[in-house]
Amino acid sequence: MKKTGAEIFVESLRLEGVKTVFGLPGGVVLKIFDVLCQQKDIELVLTRHEQGAAHMAEGYAKATGKPGVVLVTSGPGMTNIVTGLADAYMDSVPLVAFTGQVSTDLIGNDAFQEADNVGISRPCTKHNVLVKDVNELAQTIKEAFYIAMSGRPGPVLVDIPKDVSIAKAEFKYPEKVNLRGYNPTIGGNKHQIKQAAEEIMKAKKPIIYVGGGAVFSDAADEVRELAEITQIPVTMTLMGLGSFPGTHPLSLGMLGMHGGYWTNMAMHHSDLLIAVGARFDDRVTGKLSEFCPEARVIHIDIDPTSIKKTFHAHIPIVGDVKAVLRQMNVMLRSMDGNPAEMKALRSPWLKQVGEWKKSHPLTYKQGDKITKPQFVIEKLFDLTKHEAIVATDVGQHQMFAAQYFKGNRPRTWLTSGGLGTMGFGFPAAIGAQKAFPEKLVICITSEGSFQMNLQELVVAAEHKLPVKIVLLNNGCHGMVRQWQDLFYEGRYSASLLGNMPDFVKLADAYGILGLRARKPAEVESVLKQGLKHKGPVLMDILTDPYENCYPMIPAGGAQHQMMLEDPPELKLAKKGGAHKKKVDEGEGVLPA
Amino acid sequence: MEHIISVLVENKFGVLARVAGLFSARGYNIESLSVAPTLDPTTSMITIVTIGDDRIIEQIMKQLNKVVEVLKVVDLTETHFLDRETALIKVHTKPEHRDEAIRIADIFRAKIVDSSPSTYTIEITGDVDKVEALINLLRPLGIKELIRTGRIAISRETSRTDSPRREPALLKT
Repeated sequence: MKKTGAEIFVESLRLEGVKTVFGLPGGVVLKIFDVLCQQKDIELVLTRHEQGAAHMAEGYAKATGKPGVVLVTSGPGMTNIVTGLADAYMDSVPLVAFTGQVSTDLIGNDAFQEADNVGISRPCTKHNVLVKDVNELAQTIKEAFYIAMSGRPGPVLVDIPKDVSIAKAEFKYPEKVNLRGYNPTIGGNKHQIKQAAEEIMKAKKPIIYVGGGAVFSDAADEVRELAEITQIPVTMTLMGLGSFPGTHPLSLGMLGMHGGYWTNMAMHHSDLLIAVGARFDDRVTGKLSEFCPEARVIHIDIDPTSIKKTFHAHIPIVGDVKAVLRQMNVMLRSMDGNPAEMKALRSPWLKQVGEWKKSHPLTYKQGDKITKPQFVIEKLFDLTKHEAIVATDVGQHQMFAAQYFKGNRPRTWLTSGGLGTMGFGFPAAIGAQKAFPEKLVICITSEGSFQMNLQELVVAAEHKLPVKIVLLNNGCHGMVRQWQDLFYEGRYSASLLGNMPDFVKLADAYGILGLRARKPAEVESVLKQGLKHKGPVLMDILTDPYENCYPMIPAGGAQHQMMLEDPPELKLAKKGGAHKKKVDEGEGVLPA
Repeated sequence: MEHIISVLVENKFGVLARVAGLFSARGYNIESLSVAPTLDPTTSMITIVTIGDDRIIEQIMKQLNKVVEVLKVVDLTETHFLDRETALIKVHTKPEHRDEAIRIADIFRAKIVDSSPSTYTIEITGDVDKVEALINLLRPLGIKELIRTGRIAISRETSRTDSPRREPALLKT
């Protein structure tokens, strides 16, 4: 029997195992939504903005490892998901976005709500297709899911014109894809893996540098095995956090612009860098010409374009991180080193790294007047330990969370790394909570980022998704303000937010519990109360507007030349200058 | 250094935009571009002439390979190859220059494919040096219009011993 395009769409999604679709209807996708509401296998989460749908799908995908699915209409529906697509493309998140399109006979006529969906999304998707014939719909959907999930994952957009969703065709879902131009390399080159293993055995100051690739290929166990049998310390990129336990003795935490002093020093002095599913982003390397000057480089990545793109690699290995590490670990075990010998070989290096850590740990001073953001994150970590999935937004709070929330498991750290999308965190938390209704999902955000997608509060309320929003409210775009203090002589151009909504009342308006902590002494009780609450909750925590995030590698600086505290002139300004006056009088950036 | 890259792609709409967009998005240069279907009507061959150092060319090759509809990428500059270009040159021919124009065309084995009382249109096919040399010789006569196809290239069937520098792993097979 023939089916309509809309029926083929829904049936194909069902066969792909899709349970949840995030989206918003519109004129040209009415037929699809009409079929969706007449079945029970796939649930539609109606978001209040298409951008929210895209980030929810990202959160869902990052937390589960399954593709996130978005369904929106043509024109503005599609353009509103562009940020989500670009974010997913940068961070290799498997998304399949279905967009409506005007009927094929109207395409190109500037029809109502028409946009060149495929043209607009081309540079920010892994692949995209306009389906012009209903007979090709099932095959295209099959390929879209396959491309999104295989190789280096990424977003795929399928554009479905209105008449294609209405037209009928015989439905047979293809069992396999046949893409002659697409064939990701999985197993690495044996010879190169062996060469890498040999280098690892003899290196004196090696370091493992893990990125998001290890999370996506589910290689946490393999990374841990590699580190433990070779006694090599592990640092993670912002995207790689969780791929190695943050509390493990060999963990060095995050590296890069706001990484630990000991981490960046270890990178700088290493003689062997083992890059695992990481791409040498500029926020990691700082000044490239002075990055890891003494290190031989082993680079494992499934995406050949990531290798030698910005930094050289002596031993490039193209392949899936998990598959490559498995082979490498077997080789390493068979080589004639015993654990005691290994420990002895590495111990001077580990001792040195330990000394760096001891001499320059992460620090902040919590007084009794105003809450430090670091204090909140530390408390939150103490209260939840490793049970939580954490989604963050972008800015200072994100860096503090990366430094102080030492997650132990992959897929529990959801953040926008590459694109740095403010407004990502809250919808991402909703997506993760939708996937895991029973788990504790925390959104660490700030007043700046949160206001970019706060309309989705109603989704949390409607679907009874108990997301815990910890809003570090410092009344300003903290990271922008920090750069202005450090590099623009304290001229706060557009970084102070001035008028601020009352977030507790805002939560109330959406039918959500709102709590506030004005003083450091109130933080713990608010966090406890919020975490205990059964439903969604927004905790508005007023924090120091002038706290800066350190260590910091200034943009373009070398990785070992970190700023560890406010420079003297800034300290002086804070003591007697405009800063102090503002803080003392409670004016300016502090919420009333 | 100049490289001639052959890109075999699926013959579908949007593929050229994807390949061209890749160059513009990453700041790579396209010196010339030619596209046409191959013997197999489901595929097209895109010939791109580009300029870049080894690192950039390596990235271009890898990025092209990453495109789903790209079936094969070959840097012909790494092998022995033939390249050709066709140009149509419309030259002003005052009565006293008409013989001269024919003589120049003859020297280059070019053909006069259209003639009017005041112009000749000359067709030339050859490598870039030949085409440019002809254009330079015709320039004093006054070129009214010039159109060039961009270069196409094909590898030579020889059994010379020099091996290509690039790893074969870069090529999709």
